[in-house]
Amino acid sequence: MTDVNDVNDLNDGVRDRYDLAVIGAGPAGFAAAVTAADAGLAVVILDAGRAAGGQFYRQPAAALRAARPDRLHHGWRAYTAWTGRLAAHVAAGTINHLTDHHVWTVERLDADAADGRGLAGAGSATAETAASPGTLFAVHAVIGAGGATGRAVQASAVLLATGAYERQLPFPGWTLPGVVTAGGAQAQLKDSLVVPGRRVVVAGTGPLLLSVAASLALAGAKVPAVVEAADPLRYARHAKALALNPGKLIEGAGYAATLVRHGIPVRPRHVVVAAHGERRVEAVSIARTDRAGRPVPGRERMITCDALAVGYGLDAQLEIALELGCGTRREPDGGWVLTVDAQQRTGVPGVWAAGETTGVGGAQLALIEGELAAHSIAATLPAGGFAVRAAGASRPGRAMSQTAQPSAGDGGETGSADRVGPVAAAGRSVGSAARPGRKVAKLVRRRARLRAFADVLQQVHTLPERWSDNLRADTAVCRCEEVPYAAVRDAVTDLGATDSRSVKLLTRAGMGWCQGRMCGTAVQCLVGELTGGEAKAAPAARPLACPVPLGVLAEGAFAPAAPASGTSPAPAAAAPPHAERPADPPD
Amino acid sequence: MVGAACAYYAARAGLAVTVVDRGPVAGGTTGAGEGNLLVSDKEPGPELDLALRSAQLWEELAAEELPGGGTLGQVAEYEAKGGLVVAADPARLAALTAFAAGQTAAGVTARPVDGDGLRALEPHLARDQAGGVYYPQDAQVQPALAAAHLLRQARLAGAALRLGENVVGIDTDKEGRVAGVRTDRGRIAAPAVINAAGTWGGELAALAGVFLPVMPRRGFVLVTAPLPPLVRHKVYAADYVADVASDSADLQTSAVVEGTPSGPVLIGASRERVGYDRTLSVPVLRRLAAQAVALFPRLAEVPAMRAYRGFRPYMPDHLPAIGEDPRRPGLFHACGHEGAGIGLAPATGFFIAQQLVGEKPDFDLAPFRPDRFEADAAAGGGVPYGGSETGPDISPEIGPESRLDGGADR
Amino acid sequence: MTGTPRDLVAARPGPEFTVRVDGRPVPALPGQTLAAVLWAAGITAWRTSRVTGEPRGAFCGIGACFDCLITVNGVRDQRACLVRPEPGDEVRTRD
Ligand SMILES: Cc1cc2nc3c(=O)[nH]c(=O)nc-3n(C[C@H](O)[C@H](O)[C@H](O)COP(=O)(O)OP(=O)(O)OC[C@H]3O[C@@H](n4cnc5c(N)ncnc54)[C@H](O)[C@@H]3O)c2cc1C
Ligand SMILES: Cc1cc2nc3c(=O)[nH]c(=O)nc-3n(C[C@H](O)[C@H](O)[C@H](O)COP(=O)(O)OP(=O)(O)OC[C@H]3O[C@@H](n4cnc5c(N)ncnc54)[C@H](O)[C@@H]3O)c2cc1C
Ligand code: FES
Repeated sequence: MTDVNDVNDLNDGVRDRYDLAVIGAGPAGFAAAVTAADAGLAVVILDAGRAAGGQFYRQPAAALRAARPDRLHHGWRAYTAWTGRLAAHVAAGTINHLTDHHVWTVERLDADAADGRGLAGAGSATAETAASPGTLFAVHAVIGAGGATGRAVQASAVLLATGAYERQLPFPGWTLPGVVTAGGAQAQLKDSLVVPGRRVVVAGTGPLLLSVAASLALAGAKVPAVVEAADPLRYARHAKALALNPGKLIEGAGYAATLVRHGIPVRPRHVVVAAHGERRVEAVSIARTDRAGRPVPGRERMITCDALAVGYGLDAQLEIALELGCGTRREPDGGWVLTVDAQQRTGVPGVWAAGETTGVGGAQLALIEGELAAHSIAATLPAGGFAVRAAGASRPGRAMSQTAQPSAGDGGETGSADRVGPVAAAGRSVGSAARPGRKVAKLVRRRARLRAFADVLQQVHTLPERWSDNLRADTAVCRCEEVPYAAVRDAVTDLGATDSRSVKLLTRAGMGWCQGRMCGTAVQCLVGELTGGEAKAAPAARPLACPVPLGVLAEGAFAPAAPASGTSPAPAAAAPPHAERPADPPD
Repeated sequence: MVGAACAYYAARAGLAVTVVDRGPVAGGTTGAGEGNLLVSDKEPGPELDLALRSAQLWEELAAEELPGGGTLGQVAEYEAKGGLVVAADPARLAALTAFAAGQTAAGVTARPVDGDGLRALEPHLARDQAGGVYYPQDAQVQPALAAAHLLRQARLAGAALRLGENVVGIDTDKEGRVAGVRTDRGRIAAPAVINAAGTWGGELAALAGVFLPVMPRRGFVLVTAPLPPLVRHKVYAADYVADVASDSADLQTSAVVEGTPSGPVLIGASRERVGYDRTLSVPVLRRLAAQAVALFPRLAEVPAMRAYRGFRPYMPDHLPAIGEDPRRPGLFHACGHEGAGIGLAPATGFFIAQQLVGEKPDFDLAPFRPDRFEADAAAGGGVPYGGSETGPDISPEIGPESRLDGGADR
Repeated sequence: MTGTPRDLVAARPGPEFTVRVDGRPVPALPGQTLAAVLWAAGITAWRTSRVTGEPRGAFCGIGACFDCLITVNGVRDQRACLVRPEPGDEVRTRD
């Protein structure tokens, strides 16, 4: 089993300190990293994936040697252009891209540096820290999924580009093997060239469904139906925002054309009310919904299938941001995202956010936000940043001026009007953030257009209002801890739970491996219904953004200034007891 | 937890009880801590006496049959699993054994265990430990479930429950006696008011015009992925801190490591005085992890799945306030239990109920007198309620920002 | 038009190898995730849930749901949708 090639090679040119740490290498993250490096900042990207791309631009593993990966992607040209620039920066040492790094928390050091709170990896930076005014963060990561090594890097600024995962709603049978998330089916297809079954029903709500159905069909799966909960007539109310985004419409039309070509019916105002099967899904029941979103009795139909790809929109991945204290807001479809200003700044000094973390809106919008964030960061950090540059690292600008220089404007099909030529980009690459004025203005306009479009999608593709009517007493709401609907109901009606957190404490819903990522939306809705009002809602805090082996955590526990990354010996057994407060009883 | 226990015993004593909480059930520290019911960690003195009494009451509560079937102990995941305190070397073992001898004299059952005995009790314990002491009276519950079901029992005995209702004032009559509470939804008249507001108990006391220095003390807990049984008891290390200069010999303990019925191992908890600072402390998590791995090396590969934090209600002398406040007749305090509120809740509720019905508690509550800090208040010294030594004072208003979230397993 | 994902992107993967799943050989392509390898072999369930003993496999496909946990070379609780097997890997489904 390999996770990545560099798992055990920790001396891979990682510096003590960077100007900017980008968390997540999806479109928002890589666009920001490249733009910031063009502006002369020393950048590190930490990403759980093994290649830049994130969820949308997921590419087949290199060893699969796909000659035409573009056939599974929209806007592939923009992607290759961006990743070409990324590669040039990586080669030049101006970006360090740490793949397969799972960030579990970001720690603020500036406030704490004074009282000597150390971190593994602080190394020699301490004196410098005290001397430099601005902000300082330590980004803590585990290398490899379930890996046994940790690493911490420091940076003056952090960009959160952690994207989203798919939102789910429970229904009877949703835990059957073969029931997968729509995005997950797409991800495994793009990544590993497999489909979850031969007959795959695609269901839920949102624009992702069409793209998933189209990909599955192109990849040879039979898609008996796309079951869409929303009413497409609702689009009519938003003609203006739609008209301003012809590119997005063309993208959608492209998927629709593929569906027509493959004879795939789309069933609007329908929901999957149950999945059936013994050891895996063998069929699903779908039902038409009335105006209230309630399945119409007697209008159910069975569709045989061996897989169901289902999703109800996206939820932003906010755990790192919430621990840093970033503010949140609620989107039209009920999801929580970060509040940012026009420059993509969160309320926390030194922390920027872009992409789905600030509002679900697709890859093009993510690219633009990433670029805008980078301009703001470059303008904020003192010229050249604080980072101690590796001597002689050449700027990649010249090498790159031969390649096409895309910008987010190129993110799609409409693109060429927004193209920024090599000159402008190379101008940035000499290290000044002072000149991007016009460019930024253009990006800002495009961002506004795309956001308006995203808003429309969200208003159309809300959760079906009466989805919970489908639940049976024994339907698992929480997959990990197998908490049935009846237990959630009793916790509210009988035991005094009034919010998601108290439901969790009393039922374990959301306490399992996924930490409520899969059941969070459902539990929140159910509490609202059962308490007969708006339950106190808040985004779920998850202090650890991903699992961390205790051995990795324990590293450096008693040796604050030890170098990062596993070089310090296992400290605990031999360590002197700390004397924080003698005679402390345990709890 | 403490409020639930008070309501339970008071309702059982035939009183008309209304429980008011601004949040949900177990929304305070009870939902953000662990559920160790320990006697092993307490030195002889009033807290240990209270803990012993409470341990007995927990046992009785656990056996109580529920109307829907099963016992309170079953639904609240009560486990009388026993605690094991481990000493790494002979010096620590000597200190621990001496400490345990004192506890035994005070009524604790403590059994010395040698190296082989340790392995028999905990097969996965680190090999190099010198010995330890086994405390069969140590037990555990899942605090949120315990509080919720105890409250449910109280309701079946006639208590009313009002959730999501914030107490904003305490009414008094002409003589200065308590007459009821004011909430954001109205008034509730009552001749007796119990302050079971935990970490916010000082603020509630202030509403009644009395000084009670309850302060927050932060704790983190680490929770691992669900595992097959690895840790059988509550296990923690006794470390011997020989401070040569002061010639004092303090026994220091590290995080308790314990398995849970649902699979995860809990490691906790840290103690810091940082006000209501919710910032995740990486050094603290590292230390908890290191202590656990030192005891159970196999845990090194086990992932911590989550961490949570809570703010213990602590008072300057680390003892809770229990009983009627002579400065404000009719006001009863039941708060400030610091890191032992789950363990001490039944005894607290039981004695409060005795006072409420006019019985003299069969226990000496003098060390827990709520007015014992009056001198500090008068001197203007001490620490202001709700504040902390090192952290910022919390805002006087009890807003959502001073709420806790996170979660708990135990 | 019924192709395969490989046809679609004109993939010419490196040589197939086998991993052992509970002792049984299962073909794999270099670079694929373990979940993909199992799906390709028609295996959709490889875990039993802890409470009710239901069969489970991959759900989210991106490492977020932890439903796809599996033991690889003796290391428990690996996410099949993220790990990429190598020749000779021993996979156990019930741990
Ligand atoms: C499963 C899935 C499939 C999707 N498929 C499509 C599609 O086919 N078409 C479409 O238009 N849109 C799709 N989307 C929507 C997609 O989210 C956006 O189009 C776009 O990718 C958003 O870009 P981003 O940069 O904000 O985030 P993402 O592209 O999601 O990138 C975020 C990156 O951050 C990494 N990350 C997150 N947390 C951490 C951490 N703690 N440590 C380290 N790294 C971390 C992730 O691994 C990921 O690489 C999909 C979304 C999901 C969840
Ligand atoms: C990390 C950690 C680990 C711990 N481990 C243990 C352990 O193992 N064993 C143990 O015994 N103890 C442990 N404790 C301590 C224990 O959790 C507390 O002592 C106990 O929960 C206190 O219970 P309480 O009922 O007094 O307070 P809380 O549970 O905080 O209840 C107080 C309630 O008062 C309400 N309230 C406050 N002000 C108002 C108002 N104005 N109006 C209305 N309602 C109000 C709050 O909403 C809250 O619900 C631990 C604590 C922490 C933080
Ligand atoms: S399928 Fe969700 S984590 Fe692997």
